[in-house]
Amino acid sequence: MPLSWTILALAILPVIGFVLGRNRAISSAGGDTRNLHSLPSYYGWSVALFTALPAILVMCVWLIVQPSVIANAVSGLLPEATPGDANAQTLVMTDVRRLAAAIETGRSVGILSGSETAQEVQGKLSDLGVVLGAPVTPEILGAATAWGLMAERGGGLMSAVVLALALVGFWFSYRRITRDFRARNSIEAAIRAGLIACSVIAIATTAGIVLSMLFETGQFFRQYAWTEFFFGKNWQPNFRGNSDLGILPLLWGTLYISFIALAVAVPIGLFAAIYMSEYAGPKLRSFAKPAIEMLAGIPTIVYGLFALITVGPMLRDYFAQPLGFGSSASSVLTAGLVMGVMIIPFVSSLSDDIINAVPQSLRDGSLGLGATHSETIRQVVLPAALPGIVGAVLLAASRAIGETMIVVMGAGAAAKLSLNPFEAMTTITVKIVSQLTGDTDFAAPETLVAFALGLTLFAITLALNVLALYIVRKYREQYE
Amino acid sequence: MTDAAIPMKRTSLLQPDARTKSRNAAEARFRAYGFVAVLVALLALAALLVSILGNGMSAFRQTALTIQVELPEATLDKSGIRDPEVMKKVTTIGYGKILTKAVDAAIADAGIKIEDLSGKEVAKFLSGEAAAQLRDRVLANPDLIGRTVEIEVLVNGRIDGYYKGRVSAESALLDSNVSPAQLKLADALKESGMLRTKFNMAFVTAPDASDQRPEAAGLGVAVLGSLYMMIIVLVLSLPIGVATAVYLEEFAPRNRMSDLIEVNISNLAAVPSIVFGILGLAAFINFAGLPQSAPIVGGLVLTLMTLPRIIIPARAALKAVPPSIRDAALGVGASKMQSVFHHVLPLAAPGILTGMIIGLAQALGETAPLLLIGMVAFVRDYPDLPLDGFFDPATALPVQIYNWTQRADPAFVERASGAIIVLLVFLVVMNGLAILLRRRFERRW
Repeated sequence: MPLSWTILALAILPVIGFVLGRNRAISSAGGDTRNLHSLPSYYGWSVALFTALPAILVMCVWLIVQPSVIANAVSGLLPEATPGDANAQTLVMTDVRRLAAAIETGRSVGILSGSETAQEVQGKLSDLGVVLGAPVTPEILGAATAWGLMAERGGGLMSAVVLALALVGFWFSYRRITRDFRARNSIEAAIRAGLIACSVIAIATTAGIVLSMLFETGQFFRQYAWTEFFFGKNWQPNFRGNSDLGILPLLWGTLYISFIALAVAVPIGLFAAIYMSEYAGPKLRSFAKPAIEMLAGIPTIVYGLFALITVGPMLRDYFAQPLGFGSSASSVLTAGLVMGVMIIPFVSSLSDDIINAVPQSLRDGSLGLGATHSETIRQVVLPAALPGIVGAVLLAASRAIGETMIVVMGAGAAAKLSLNPFEAMTTITVKIVSQLTGDTDFAAPETLVAFALGLTLFAITLALNVLALYIVRKYREQYE
Repeated sequence: MTDAAIPMKRTSLLQPDARTKSRNAAEARFRAYGFVAVLVALLALAALLVSILGNGMSAFRQTALTIQVELPEATLDKSGIRDPEVMKKVTTIGYGKILTKAVDAAIADAGIKIEDLSGKEVAKFLSGEAAAQLRDRVLANPDLIGRTVEIEVLVNGRIDGYYKGRVSAESALLDSNVSPAQLKLADALKESGMLRTKFNMAFVTAPDASDQRPEAAGLGVAVLGSLYMMIIVLVLSLPIGVATAVYLEEFAPRNRMSDLIEVNISNLAAVPSIVFGILGLAAFINFAGLPQSAPIVGGLVLTLMTLPRIIIPARAALKAVPPSIRDAALGVGASKMQSVFHHVLPLAAPGILTGMIIGLAQALGETAPLLLIGMVAFVRDYPDLPLDGFFDPATALPVQIYNWTQRADPAFVERASGAIIVLLVFLVVMNGLAILLRRRFERRW
């Protein structure tokens, strides 16, 4: 394996570089490190860094780019099965790639010599226990052999280039070491660049999210009218085509469930926060506050299962069926109630912080004028904390809208525009999951619609988050 | 004495008037609302835990039958050379017949007589996995052939359910997968000591099993998959997260760029997790061509998701280190970089680690993004050791739970709840570690 040898070389060379660089620096200072500009190890590091970093970067880029370059070259060798059909082409290329990998295993075990016909290769590989997706045809075998050859050559070339680069880096950085060389500054500049590169990843992630969704959404709207998507009242995907993909029923389900969740979480969370910060003694507080916050640490799949096996059947047996509202265990109310429990801590702990941030002087003033404790809270503390509490509620709402597992397991899959809370309805997130799991064809609008749904979801939650952060920040400035 | 007879005007401070009374009542009510709210939240937590624990504890116990099995050479190894490669030609069907015969013999030996117990019912009494268990054991040790060995095999999931209260004689009448006669047989075997319900380690170590065999389904592949993903998340997000936090907190100039990064990070922390799944599908699988269902993709997606959740507490930890430390370092001639890496970062390390562990715990429980990158697939083979194993198909704990809830057999609900207990144990351990770290090392300045 030339690759592992290259990696080993790249691990050893910098170590040698470090030792040599450090020694050269010390000897250039006549053995007295006080004559050096920087500490001796910085000289060592500067050599090690110059040896390893450019070589590793080039190697990574090479490893990423090489497969697609080879794929391009090899696809030229293949007879075009069905012209213009990108999908069939990809399938054939997958076969070729798989066969190339299998042939390499066969070679390394020693059962393939390279001069077999297609049938022989297939037979020997299946003896080896390698499962191939499609029968081996001479064309595919030819392409796979070419692939293997090019991959081998590419690998060799890469090792040569990378090692040469490492040596050049080593030579360059080793030669420039003198007692006055500012090694620390160059190391620190490199570290600083690394830090900046890491923090840019956050931006790259956002850009990746937006770009990937925009791209696929654009493809979707080329096949499906955007007015139909945003204003259609029907959701009936049909994998043979001709489906109705209106977002309104999904949006309605999402908002309805989130509304119920907020109707549960806001009063409970707010009152709990008030009680904790204004009334509760230290004993209750030290026990109840972490317990409520534990609700936020429980994975959503646990809530989903709770909705599925406990809350759903209970609501059905004791409320929906006796009252004649329906007989579905998964319902808007099930999902809403469970989700409400989940977001209680989001409301309560943020509100708690905000209520605690209200200056004590306001409370003292109100109490001094003869107001009772609850009057003080309702008429002084809460109005002062209101913007922050609104921010907390908005954050909780964005959480509820983006929640997936609870609704997947508790709300059902039927897209409906209905008011009955005991009926199964569905949400944007449920449909993203159902359109993107299983066998998916990334050219069909039925799959691509998931990206449009995702973009919509992203836009809604982003707007809520930005609004919430804006309100919270604006409020905080008042007392600081 | 006469004073008492005179009706008093209610002007005493000790005797509240109507208005004060109503205000006090309002105060008491308000307080009660708050208390009820706290109580409701705690009750919800209790109900959640009780429901999961109540349903799931039984997954850690499993009913198995211990019988003597004669392994005839004539059917299992005709060649007689004990070569496992040759013996592989005998399928589980062959072993199933041997097992059925052994059960018949055991019933006869114990003197159990049950009316209308057909031969098929005896065969179905055992799990479909039992024959595979026997086969694996024989293939691993061919010398067993020709001897009579004692082996413990799983029984059918319904029989197991009988001892866990899921199945009763009445429900068995309506169930095509189990008959009352089989339940009687189970009772008789239990009395004779051959059938036992005992601790089930295989639940944590065995791979998943098919729809028909809930009794054999285990979490092995899922635990490995989750472990691999956590390794990837840890290795990638710790250095990147800390580097970002250090840059933003210590070096970033106040300009547009750093503002943009900051706003970005706080927004990313609140983006719905499923959106990260879409990103993973589009970027890592469709664009970069990484394999579906592989821990590497799951790990990358979870890394992107965990990063903001690490950066935010890491920045708080760096901010908590007092400026006097930096000033002192700079004062004795350290460079800015040296003051940060030699002094500030080590002092902030406990806080950063705590945030890291909590972020990892969140990533461990995350399900939605993993559904989109194909981790729901049915995987029976353990992934290889890293690094190759990162590219093998695997599942993850929460996804396995979801997968089980989607299956028809109610025995899988028990399995799913049991898996949640395993997941919660991991989370409790991680969070406990975080609390311990914080208590032990955190400094107040």
